[in-house]
Amino acid sequence: MDFGTTYIVLAVIFGLFMAWGIGANDVANAMATSVGSKAITIKQAILIAAVFEFAGAVLAGGQVTSTIRKGIIDVSGLGATPEILVMGMLAALLAAGTWLLVASHKGWPVSTTHSIVGSIVGFAIVGIGMDAVQWGKVGTIVISWVTSPLIAAILSFLIFRSVQKLILETESPLENAKKYVPIYIFFVGFMLAMVTMVKGLKHIGLNVEGLDAVYIAAVVGVLVMLLGQYLIQRIQFEESENKNFHYASVEKIFSVLMLLTACAMAFAHGSNDVANAIGPLAAVASIVETGQLSQKSPLPIWILLVGGVGIVLGLAMYGRKVIETVGTKITELTPSRGFCCEVSAATTVVIASGVGLPISTTHTLVGAVLGVGMARGINALNLSVVRGIFMSWVITLPIGAGLAIIFFFILNAIFT
Amino acid sequence: MASKNYLSGLFGPSPVAPLQSHMTLVDACVTKLVGLFEHMANGDTDAVEKVYHEIAELEQKADDQKHLLREHLPSGLFMPIERQDLLDALRVQDLLANRARDIAGIIVGRKLHFPEQAGLRVIELVKATAETSHQALRVVNELDELVETGFRGHAVRVVEGMLATLGELESETDRIQVELRADLFAIERELYPVDVMFMYRIIESIADIADDAERVGRRFQLMLAK
Repeated sequence: MDFGTTYIVLAVIFGLFMAWGIGANDVANAMATSVGSKAITIKQAILIAAVFEFAGAVLAGGQVTSTIRKGIIDVSGLGATPEILVMGMLAALLAAGTWLLVASHKGWPVSTTHSIVGSIVGFAIVGIGMDAVQWGKVGTIVISWVTSPLIAAILSFLIFRSVQKLILETESPLENAKKYVPIYIFFVGFMLAMVTMVKGLKHIGLNVEGLDAVYIAAVVGVLVMLLGQYLIQRIQFEESENKNFHYASVEKIFSVLMLLTACAMAFAHGSNDVANAIGPLAAVASIVETGQLSQKSPLPIWILLVGGVGIVLGLAMYGRKVIETVGTKITELTPSRGFCCEVSAATTVVIASGVGLPISTTHTLVGAVLGVGMARGINALNLSVVRGIFMSWVITLPIGAGLAIIFFFILNAIFT
Repeated sequence: MASKNYLSGLFGPSPVAPLQSHMTLVDACVTKLVGLFEHMANGDTDAVEKVYHEIAELEQKADDQKHLLREHLPSGLFMPIERQDLLDALRVQDLLANRARDIAGIIVGRKLHFPEQAGLRVIELVKATAETSHQALRVVNELDELVETGFRGHAVRVVEGMLATLGELESETDRIQVELRADLFAIERELYPVDVMFMYRIIESIADIADDAERVGRRFQLMLAK
């Protein structure tokens, strides 16, 4: 193929840029709840994010990547001109990257996921034709953007209510927190391990299925639980704080939990959002390597690594500042609330990753926060942000599509 | 890149702490009345006037705090407490401070002096009223605990207990008020009639403070019920 190496190099650069942007900006939203509630320091947040984003991307990111790469458009009609798909994917990466740059500069609640999906659809309509778009699949994805925040909201509402029932509203919240928090920890560990094994490990050549997965996930859950219990035992409770209803101490126990849910959140984010950057890259790479439109070829591990490295780079170079800014602004979220938000958002995102649905982590998190708010758990929520999110659902698709079409024609003009 | 972030924009400024600091100012304002009435009983007009200025200053601060809080409550804010309940509570709290300032103003302006028995009794009434105000402040200070538990369970029971105490304290002021009126009635013929008129008005205002303190509590009962 002509320009084969050029295509790959460009795709890697654009993909890295996208991943870098996700790491610099998007990860902050996943980590800021933990930082804001002072459960972890910024340094810890960066470390956790680096490790678990990477792990999430490599271990559980394959499913969404394959959706972005080959689930949205049907390329069988392209036949002898696979270059069109290469151009298209490059254009999509550029379009999504550009739109995100503008949107995040303006503070608009735009999601990486929506941008990339819009861009791919846009190029497909112009470059291949209306029929090439798998409208059914796109419809499912778009619906999942609405349902994922809703599900997260319902989950966080229920989890927060359970925290209220079991811990906060009891006579001795501190004792109950010590008793029940490990169970929540088990749930977090189990859920993450389960999704990783069922959907993720295939990509690194391990295949765990059926009951085995449940057993292993349970063991992982118990191990994490023991770790949590150890951390809780190490907490020093100050006597002066123990007056009233021991809430300060209860929150301390929840901060241990938030340390773990921060890991879950980073993992979930890595598993879903890294695909936005490397899905198109994977498509380009497979065409260039095989010279044809093989929809079957597996995802090479180096591509997942590119995504992981990009995210970690963005995080290291720029993410610290963003986490700091966002974190200091959401101090309203105490550990008990932050935990409910993070665990529901992470669960929703990880399950979506497992099913291969690209969703927005941040919008899901916003949904989760609103869920806790519904249970009268948060002092003041600014609903204008929610309006903004509705707007971004409507606007991002056409704009991503429009930009992708423009870039597609520019790239076409350059390379042919 | 990210110059603004919408996730952080999701969290509005909490109305709880400003409401509490407003009530703290209001309570300080009401408490100053005790000193004022004691100085009045001792006939120390300079000290009375000094306390009046302190009260006026505190009232002004509370007023500023009230305006600040109102400005910080855009209608798009989603809170565990209804906006209307919050504004009502704020308004009633503010009434306490206003009344305290008015009472002090009348005493200074008219150089009032409650005679003997009534003079002691009125101090008793002011002290009891200050107690209800303290109790109202305690209730308001529980608001963060209520939010912490999501307005359920143990904290709600604690606050309900506090509200019951608040009601008792208010009844106590009613009782003292009746006695004070009787004291004054017994000697009113010997006093300058216009002064007596104002004395009754002051008694009424003090009783109103206690009433309003209880109303602050009742606002909370409404918040709990939702």
